[in-house]
Amino acid sequence: MNYLRNLDRRLIFLIMGLAVAIPILLRFVPPSQVTMMDQNVFDAIEDLPDGSRVLISFDFDPGSQGELLPMAMSFTRHLAEKKHKIYFMCLWPLGEPFIQDAIKLLKEEYPDLKYGTDFMSFGYKPGGEAVIKNVVVDWKSLFITDSRKQDLNDIPLTANIKSAKAMDLLINISAGDPGTKQWIQYAATPVGIQMVAGCTGVQAPLFYPYIPDPLNGLLAAIKGAAGYEQIMIQNYPELGEPEFVKARFSSTAALQRMGPQYVAHLLMVLLILIGNVIFFVDRNRGAA
Amino acid sequence: MMSVGNTTQVPAAGGGGLIGWVIGLAIIIAGMVVAGFILDAGQVWVVPETQSYVATAGTADAPTEWVSLATEAGKSAEAAGTVVATSSWPNDTVLPSSMLEADRPAEAIMSWSRTIGVWFAAIMTLWIMSFLIGDNPFYKTAEAIIVGASAAYWMVYSFYTGIVDKLLVNLSPGLVREWTTPGLADDYAWQWIYIIPLILSIMLICRLLPSGGWIARWPLAFIIGATAGFRLLAHLESDFLLQIKGTITTLWSVNAADEFQFWPSVAAIVILLSVLACLVYFFFSMEHKGMVGKAARGGILVLMVTFGAAFGLTVMGRITLLTERFDFLFKDWLHLL
Repeated sequence: MNYLRNLDRRLIFLIMGLAVAIPILLRFVPPSQVTMMDQNVFDAIEDLPDGSRVLISFDFDPGSQGELLPMAMSFTRHLAEKKHKIYFMCLWPLGEPFIQDAIKLLKEEYPDLKYGTDFMSFGYKPGGEAVIKNVVVDWKSLFITDSRKQDLNDIPLTANIKSAKAMDLLINISAGDPGTKQWIQYAATPVGIQMVAGCTGVQAPLFYPYIPDPLNGLLAAIKGAAGYEQIMIQNYPELGEPEFVKARFSSTAALQRMGPQYVAHLLMVLLILIGNVIFFVDRNRGAA
Repeated sequence: MMSVGNTTQVPAAGGGGLIGWVIGLAIIIAGMVVAGFILDAGQVWVVPETQSYVATAGTADAPTEWVSLATEAGKSAEAAGTVVATSSWPNDTVLPSSMLEADRPAEAIMSWSRTIGVWFAAIMTLWIMSFLIGDNPFYKTAEAIIVGASAAYWMVYSFYTGIVDKLLVNLSPGLVREWTTPGLADDYAWQWIYIIPLILSIMLICRLLPSGGWIARWPLAFIIGATAGFRLLAHLESDFLLQIKGTITTLWSVNAADEFQFWPSVAAIVILLSVLACLVYFFFSMEHKGMVGKAARGGILVLMVTFGAAFGLTVMGRITLLTERFDFLFKDWLHLL
């Protein structure tokens, strides 16, 4: 007991490291269930008529890519499968490389889709909530060119559209501010555009009060992303083929990360239990 | 005296001092060299390709109608000799790190720039993780590199996307068209209204002057006033009115066929009672005794459940970050997966 009381925290770090590393190396994937929330997000995209307009904002950076990139790629695949018109943008400067990754994925896996007619990117736009406010009123007053520096009037997807009000759905993938909260406050609530989001685990409790109105659904961290991938594979079985699973942006990236989650959470529960047992034993001894 | 009670405790340097760290570093370097030879660690292989576009109209100085040389239109233009300009650039295809040597295409080559990048990222990851053992020079070096690189990236990116793409493009479209944005429409006219943000920006920079700092207060006042007004409305609508609307909902839930829904009804009652209990907890005009005290205790319980859920989700997020880094080390660097 005394050994546990004075346990070197570096030993806990080591055990936690092993709890995460071993399931990765063994490719352990535990069984998991799809939640109603994951299904709502999927349905919001699936139920739109093919070819609907969807604005997707990648408001995260490499610090959160472990949690958010798998869902960003799943969203991109789903939109491509449904042949929706995709408008990429980001309010974080370091979100732009992920848009390029998503465009790369579209080029490799959906070569029939063309830039300008099926998808386009506004790139990074500085200004946070002011950008969102402008986007829903008149984006051409703010966005003159796309991320490739082409005039928006020369791009078929944007030539005849004045603002984000023309979008059938907003998707936001958020790691902080500006992010989901600002899109809710300045786009989904005042204008009434349908919106779904994916966010980091830290943010998720802050966004639950916005469900179901104005937020139709929320993918909470890697668990939400894994559920979404599961639904995607059920509805689009080809995404379960090795070609997609072994791709650079695997169609099961989040599911594969649930193994380490499973073991690390068990370890966390065990450590909390041990800590509490020691606490109560010490308290009882003190009381005696 | 400065309080240290609310600051994050930094792990002390590991025992053994400098000699211990040098020995540790030597072992890590030896391990990396071995990994490099045995596992081809960090090697990135690519198939070099060239992307070519040809202009089929306009002049050599002002070419238009660009088409890919890989398309029929591009090939026929080249065959017919109607190409006025050509533009080519390397466009390598990166092979998956899991691809075996025997499966690589014959034309594949090792990309030194990408390989060095993977090694650098792996070393930075390990240096940052070394903080778990204790504060050390490798962690500090990696931290300084990351902070410096991020700051530079933000600065350069913000200059081009903010000052050039927002301000200069509206004040001097011709300059921006020649400098960064050749696709800008020829008829794009300058907007006089952007002189105001230019003046405000210059006034804001006056904050750096030794005796003109007060000038910056005017644009600051504008920013604060505009932001406050901007946010007030948004918060009122989505965080106040909409939340009240979400709470005051029917407790007897029915579906489209007018059938009673048990769990949605339970959820609605739980939400209502939880909100009321939390409100009572934060209501300090009455002493928390009797029924009020019991309701306040219920409020504390609801708050504890909320904090527990937030903690659980935070743990999940942090473990995912570690998983992603291990994934990178095992897959992209050591090629173990």
